[in-house]
Amino acid sequence: MRKEVLYSLKGLYREDFEIEGYRFGGGEKSACIVGAMRGNEMQQLYICSLLINSLKQLEAHGAITHNHEILVVPSANRYSMNVGKRFWAVDNIDINRTFPGDVHGDTTKQIAAALFEKVKGYSYGIQFASFYMPGDFIPHVRMMETGYQSASLANLFGLQYVVIRKPKPMDTATLNYNWQMNQTNAFSIYTNCTDSIDDKSARQAVSSVLRFFTRMGILKYNNHSGYIASVINEHDLLPVKTYDGGFYRRLKEPGDPVFRGDVIGEVIDPYEGFVKSQIVSQTDGIIFFAHTAPTVMGNQVVYKIIRRMHE
Amino acid sequence: MIEEVVSIDLPVHERLVIKKNRLEPENVTGREKRISIVTGTHGDELDGQYVCYEIISRILQHPEKLKGIVDIYPDVNPLGLDMGSRGIPMFDLDMNRVFPGDNTGAVAEYAAAGIVDNIIGSDFCLDIHSSNIFLKEMPQLRMTEENKDRLLPYAKALNADFVWIYSSKTVLEATLAYSLNNMGVPTLVAEMGVGHRINNDYCMQLLDGIFNLMIQLDIWDDKPSEVRKPIISTEGQVSFLSAEDSGIFVSAIALMGTISVGTHIGDIIEPITGKVVQRIEAPTDGIIFSLREHPVVYKGALIARVYSGRKQEQI
Ligand SMILES: [Zn+2]
Repeated sequence: MRKEVLYSLKGLYREDFEIEGYRFGGGEKSACIVGAMRGNEMQQLYICSLLINSLKQLEAHGAITHNHEILVVPSANRYSMNVGKRFWAVDNIDINRTFPGDVHGDTTKQIAAALFEKVKGYSYGIQFASFYMPGDFIPHVRMMETGYQSASLANLFGLQYVVIRKPKPMDTATLNYNWQMNQTNAFSIYTNCTDSIDDKSARQAVSSVLRFFTRMGILKYNNHSGYIASVINEHDLLPVKTYDGGFYRRLKEPGDPVFRGDVIGEVIDPYEGFVKSQIVSQTDGIIFFAHTAPTVMGNQVVYKIIRRMHE
Repeated sequence: MIEEVVSIDLPVHERLVIKKNRLEPENVTGREKRISIVTGTHGDELDGQYVCYEIISRILQHPEKLKGIVDIYPDVNPLGLDMGSRGIPMFDLDMNRVFPGDNTGAVAEYAAAGIVDNIIGSDFCLDIHSSNIFLKEMPQLRMTEENKDRLLPYAKALNADFVWIYSSKTVLEATLAYSLNNMGVPTLVAEMGVGHRINNDYCMQLLDGIFNLMIQLDIWDDKPSEVRKPIISTEGQVSFLSAEDSGIFVSAIALMGTISVGTHIGDIIEPITGKVVQRIEAPTDGIIFSLREHPVVYKGALIARVYSGRKQEQI
């Protein structure tokens, strides 16, 4: 393992901002992994720490195949992580909305450009990402539909689901999208939380990455085979919305089966305690995404359901 | 008439309501031209507040001059404005990155879709911004290269000092202006002043432009007024002056506008060592149209934009 500083920015009174990278193996640029890009991505950072720890041991045991280099970047935003902000601490810009960056651009664009320069050119790019809606997912691999995506490769992570997302304009400045446009096979791995740490799903994410590396011949390692993934298009996920705002009582968890007509959530009047509205499933299926927070607004997506197809 | 464009129930007995005020002639024929004025996408930008007030107040004083429909959306991010926060507070989300929105998406996307739906059908839309809290801007209109043939005639009517035509590569596709232009509503972005402040002179200048354009569009009945002939960025070059290192920027100039080569614009200093980290001078004769307002800078922070080319006309 070689630890290096990939990017450094002089701090005014804070210690210099640095992006640190950990390299394993050597030779061909095989795989690059990026963890926390937003200050609240604690789970993503945690997964990287577990992964670096595992790779260190695997490398010591000669398990990295000759002529394969792996780069892990645990955090691209320690300045925000240390002050409890999601975005760049000075001007609140989301680094994951500034790719591919610009070396002559504003601070965050320079950071993105410097980072992209270091993480591009790998065969596989893996990001531990967080979603812009607060909630929990079934752990899955997500790819953007850019014309370069390969769902069969995503399957090799052995997670239960592969989700293909048609990029919206706001996605085109993300790392995942730019990796793909630059001929890296890019995958985003979503586990079931962001701000807090879930050890079980973090370990599942690490196993899935090691499994992928083994199947791609980057690692010599024995791991159990995982799932055969179902590939779903994001627009096939049925969003379930609230009617009104109040306290939110979530009645289903990610992975739970639901049937048409089931009451899957309740909105409660925050002053008087009565149930203002019930959220009813419009389909048979499996909960894929579930909102987490004590309250909800009206018109908020609280679930996304994988519809069960009837033969 | 004040109407609700989007209404979203908040958790604790309150609604988030995006409103518009529609002003129309007494007898509507259905053939009226329609202009939409939008502001407040960024809650830290306030010049648009004064502009909206003045448009409505002037129309109310002379309702007989109104020939078309004027839709004023004075605040499309009401929670942000109240808190002085640029984004939508609960989501830490820049509203100008979620257009054209999505009725089945997150709350912000739902709101964005409601706004776009409501504006569609307008003959012209002006989206008024006030930079941010970091940079101050001379009154200017912005558009992308691909839209310039269609939008320049509107821009020339709006009494701006400067029209900045962006290269299409750097365009943000998720903005309101991009979405509306894409959907057939010619839309210009006005940028002026600085976040958290109102610059009266800039507001008055834009107001004269808006009424002049409304006269040209047959929405307002008055004799055409003289407007400034804007400098178009593509006639010359725009230089970006950025911080080469982190420090505190101290400006050496009082006003933006005409500047000559070598003029001292300011210094980036390092207080703890008592040293100047970078001295910033005008690279050419020209016009300085953006200037750093917030002193704390990290490497890359934009300090100024200077246009070199045709001189500004004295008015
Ligand atoms: Zn703005």
